[in-house]
Amino acid sequence: MSVFNDKKTAIVGYGSYIPRYRIKIESIAHAWGEPLEMLRGLRVQEISVKGRDEDQVTIAVEAARNALRRAPEVSAKEIGAIYSGSESKPYAVKPTSTIVAAAIGAPLSVRLADYEFACKGGTEAIISCISQARSGMIKYGLAIAADCSQSLPGDVLEYTASAGGSAFIIGHGSGDPIAYFEGQYSVGTDTPDFWRRDLIKYPRHGGRFTGEPAYFRHVMAAASGLMRELNMKPEDFDYIVPHQPNGSFPVEVAKRLGFSESKVLPGLLSPIVGNFYSGSSPTGLCRVLDQAKPGQRILLVSFGSGAGSDAFSIVVADGIERKRDLAPKVEDYVERKKYVDYSVYARFWGKIAF
Amino acid sequence: MMPKSPRIWQLAERRYRLLGSRCTACGKTSVGPRNVCPACGSEDVETVQLPSTGTVYSYTVVHALPAERERYGPYIMAIVELEDGTRVTSEIVDCEPEDVKIGMPVELAFRVIGQESEEGIIYYGYKFRPLVFRKTN
Ligand SMILES: [Zn+2]
Repeated sequence: MSVFNDKKTAIVGYGSYIPRYRIKIESIAHAWGEPLEMLRGLRVQEISVKGRDEDQVTIAVEAARNALRRAPEVSAKEIGAIYSGSESKPYAVKPTSTIVAAAIGAPLSVRLADYEFACKGGTEAIISCISQARSGMIKYGLAIAADCSQSLPGDVLEYTASAGGSAFIIGHGSGDPIAYFEGQYSVGTDTPDFWRRDLIKYPRHGGRFTGEPAYFRHVMAAASGLMRELNMKPEDFDYIVPHQPNGSFPVEVAKRLGFSESKVLPGLLSPIVGNFYSGSSPTGLCRVLDQAKPGQRILLVSFGSGAGSDAFSIVVADGIERKRDLAPKVEDYVERKKYVDYSVYARFWGKIAF
Repeated sequence: MMPKSPRIWQLAERRYRLLGSRCTACGKTSVGPRNVCPACGSEDVETVQLPSTGTVYSYTVVHALPAERERYGPYIMAIVELEDGTRVTSEIVDCEPEDVKIGMPVELAFRVIGQESEEGIIYYGYKFRPLVFRKTN
């Protein structure tokens, strides 16, 4: 648990990226002869699909460049650390952060690493940047939360696993803050709800086991732990952005925590773009920042299978008004779309074996 | 293990960021590294960041796919004229072949260019896509 009373550790730039292609879940259901009624509970209408020449690295770079656009006062040469969180790196060994560093023109003197924790590697990257900025080890850190997630053909994950992500430039007492961190609280247990073994292409999951003992238990524990330590209640927050493995869990968890539905809907993206895995709740946060007012408070809670959750209390600062329009908004990418059918989706993904 | 094409790897950062060369004598910019200005012959050439937006100057749709792209599908290759007048040859992505037009505004994208093999190095670099976002200021 960490409480930051100085209001100085802040997001000074943020940016997102979502690929242009979409597939309706009807198209996936049609390909497999699955009755659509079985899928209503997911509350997902369509998901984003990577282009044929996109992967987790390209999404990370696009998001990072948009984050830099919103931080005109920050030179890439001032970035002392780049951490990328993902479960779908194109290289098993060779960090995505190395390629991002070259693509944005980061200096030679930079700390680079990738985080993996299923869907919460991205918030781990944020925590590393927060702690290194607060300790004075870096002036600015770039935290990336992006995925381009594989799903086994015919598995229920195919209806939600999608591509997209966000990036954040974090500093302490420097730059023009968009939002500052007020507190952070994490939980973790050994819970085998979802995994992918080494050298195996597609992840596996525990079916019904992914709900109560995994998602709900960890998200609730992290969110309530943070509120308890900060001595705050749901009424103190204007928005809640939980991890979004589908369209129903985030709404249900917000309700169980005592938040009204109106506080979870602004950051809810999964019904229209699916689950960005590591990029899911961070991109929900960006969608909230795209519309929030200075002084408003946001509760961000990631969830990573395996399992754990990272919760953050974030307060919007004046810089949002000056920086919001410097890069494309989440909505700009949501509205930019071209539908593909399952055969094109499978070709883009290389799911057709020869 | 070093990639089979060390030259491609050495040029990676230029390709990632669309860096160009600018002649300090006559001001001509061009893509890629140069020791001598192609316009005036001066050897005073510096590396510069080229603009990230431009328009399609000309294009062609490639249907005869090269061997390494046999399952890629048809794609658009274009000459993009950047805001400063520099011309760049690039693939146009996020656009159907029937939708590309001369004069169409485009912006820089970061994409996979190719790969050495399934087990080898992945090559990344610039491509262009229809403009998503125009700066309002
Ligand atoms: Zn010259």
